[in-house]
Amino acid sequence: MKHLISIDELGRDDVELLLERAASFSEVANREIKKVPALRGRTVLTLFYEASTRTRSSFELAAKRLSADIVSFSAGGSSVEKGESLKDTVLTLAAHSPDAIVVRAPWAGTPQLVSQWTDAAIVNAGDGKREHPTQALLDLFTMRQQLGADLEGRSVWIVGDVAHSRVARSLIRILVLTGVHVTVCGPPTLIPKDIAALGCDVTFDMSGIHDADVVYTLRLQHERMTAAGLLPSLGEYAAQYQVNSARLSPNQGVMHPGPVNRGVEMSGEVVDSPQAVITMQVKAGVVVRMAVLYELLAGARSDVAAKERIHA
Amino acid sequence: MIVRASLPTTDVLVRGVHAVDVRAGLDGPADVLVRDGRIEAIVPAGGHDSIDTAGLTVIDGSGLHCFPGFFDPHVHLRTPGQGYKETLATGTASGAAGGFTALVAMPNTNPVVDSPSVFGALLETARQEAVIGVGFTACITKGMKGAELTEMAALKGLGAVAFTDDGLPVNDAHIFRMACRYQQLVGSVLMLHEEESSLSGGGSMNEGAVSAALGVSGQPNIAESTLIARDAAIALYEDARIHVQHISASESLDAVRTARERGTKITCEASPHHLLLTDEACRTLNTNCKMNPPLRTETDRQALIAAVLDGTIDCIATDHAPHSRDEKALPFEEAPFGSTGLETSFAATYTELVLNHGLELSRLVELLGSGAYLVDLEPPKLVAGEPADLCLVDLNRRWIVGEHGYVSKSANSPFEGMELQGKVVLTLSHGAVAHRDPVFDSTFDPAQAR
Repeated sequence: MKHLISIDELGRDDVELLLERAASFSEVANREIKKVPALRGRTVLTLFYEASTRTRSSFELAAKRLSADIVSFSAGGSSVEKGESLKDTVLTLAAHSPDAIVVRAPWAGTPQLVSQWTDAAIVNAGDGKREHPTQALLDLFTMRQQLGADLEGRSVWIVGDVAHSRVARSLIRILVLTGVHVTVCGPPTLIPKDIAALGCDVTFDMSGIHDADVVYTLRLQHERMTAAGLLPSLGEYAAQYQVNSARLSPNQGVMHPGPVNRGVEMSGEVVDSPQAVITMQVKAGVVVRMAVLYELLAGARSDVAAKERIHA
Repeated sequence: MIVRASLPTTDVLVRGVHAVDVRAGLDGPADVLVRDGRIEAIVPAGGHDSIDTAGLTVIDGSGLHCFPGFFDPHVHLRTPGQGYKETLATGTASGAAGGFTALVAMPNTNPVVDSPSVFGALLETARQEAVIGVGFTACITKGMKGAELTEMAALKGLGAVAFTDDGLPVNDAHIFRMACRYQQLVGSVLMLHEEESSLSGGGSMNEGAVSAALGVSGQPNIAESTLIARDAAIALYEDARIHVQHISASESLDAVRTARERGTKITCEASPHHLLLTDEACRTLNTNCKMNPPLRTETDRQALIAAVLDGTIDCIATDHAPHSRDEKALPFEEAPFGSTGLETSFAATYTELVLNHGLELSRLVELLGSGAYLVDLEPPKLVAGEPADLCLVDLNRRWIVGEHGYVSKSANSPFEGMELQGKVVLTLSHGAVAHRDPVFDSTFDPAQAR
């Protein structure tokens, strides 16, 4: 594995490897000194073209717990504001010889482009509405903590604004890859016409939701919805699609990538209930990202060492 | 008005070439004699055996085909103002490399061609730089803003061959209706980029399974077909003549057919990229495959091929739209729309339409010339006395697009790396050598040939 850009590039064994590695790092998170020297002397650079606090701090914490050096680059407050192109920004940053670049951008395909201009390992931290693969990995990790390692034949419902969600696109891919039956549900205006091509079922009706082992609720970017003609009102959305105790049965797991709009896509009561494993997801985020950085960088180092041995 | 630089002509005798021109009733071996920029004679092969070849470049045409020069009614030559993408010199040279002897340039330049002063300067530059013929369109609306008509009568008087806001639709139905009415004064066709903006909504590829999987906003087919239906209804009401550019969706073909049945004066063009590629080519987010209208689905592609075969499509047009490498080295959603097409047009359509779908070669040649009718001109003809606008083509040669670079200043071909069949080896524009294929060069040496 050279980069982590799309779930499409992963096989089932890659996913296994990453999640097993993440499980081993969970133990580190419980130590008093939450740090291992695995990536000492390695440099991880975060390149964010979108505001992000959660994903970015999760990556930074993961890198720090592996003893890597970390440099953060935000589009705001940089020469990007002076009109520098993505390519020139990447070439400049690549001159610092980072070992990994964690990229988030509002445009699909940005991580591949970045990978053309640097030798660093690229980790996609969200590209447009396309993918967010570490989120999918951490969600799968959390599901396995709940339901056991074998998810074959389990059912997951993804509810809400699928159209604008890179989280949904990566999650559908990884769940389909691991044999989970995926149903997406939401208002027809927020479900892309051809999303079933990813291998999921599509419904606009919440009545079948109790079949799900896990209900995965997406964040509603509600400030944009009514103006764009996508939703008549938040009240109508909540009435039709809110994940609340009236719709759930008590044994179902409830997940959300955060931040939650309480009372919109999910009732506050469900957020606060033991069914919701949202903070588990956040914890999983750090160990999964540690696993990703470790596999990309520690593995690469052994390749270099092997080459050096060969050429010695 | 079509203009070109006056370049030194070469007197040429092509022996034993297979000449194809339906309009001239030609389809067989012939000797083609070109002198002083005109076709002096076309006779059955062997008919010029006894001719005195002094002063003539003699070409052995065996294994080659001779076609009338192609006419492209839809290209972007980026002049004025965007010379880093293309110039009149490089754009016309690129056209010559594709066998074209005349191009019609779109007015979405910088500044846009919406006033007599800009138009006049453009013609002057073309008279200096254009190695093949070029005609210029002017905008329908000032600044391409869709609000006020341009001085179409004055522009027509200066030589504008048609009017178009290409790149943008004329969104306002009233303004479009007024342009149709004004056509009674001006006469020239309105060339239309049909895209209902409120439906296409900033989409950068086709709306379908690929856009859904990539999370990239898509343009639905109905963004194109509904505006065609609206404009056809207005054109019929006003008895105006309209031309639909780069038609891409199967629903759009239905809209054109319906409009024709009702008596609308409506023509349409198809572009090689829509005939060969689908939105699957966008799955890797290759920005060279980002154009507007976007590459559609296989269903649309097949409908478009069927429409070529059944005559719904009136002509082939490349929508040659060069962009610099830097502009295309952006994320897909950020990169500009457009792909180059002049150098691949014949090979692409020959490979797909003739070899794969059984279109008659002579019909393809016709479709590559009939764009001239849109602007009230006759396509080039292989007839004695006509200007020597013709090309020689090696139909057997297979080549990889981009393997030797491009003549165009830009390299944004959606066919890059594809193997195509059929290569233009020589193009004469009014008797001047506008293009010579490097491989063909050695055989073109007059001393050797004689």
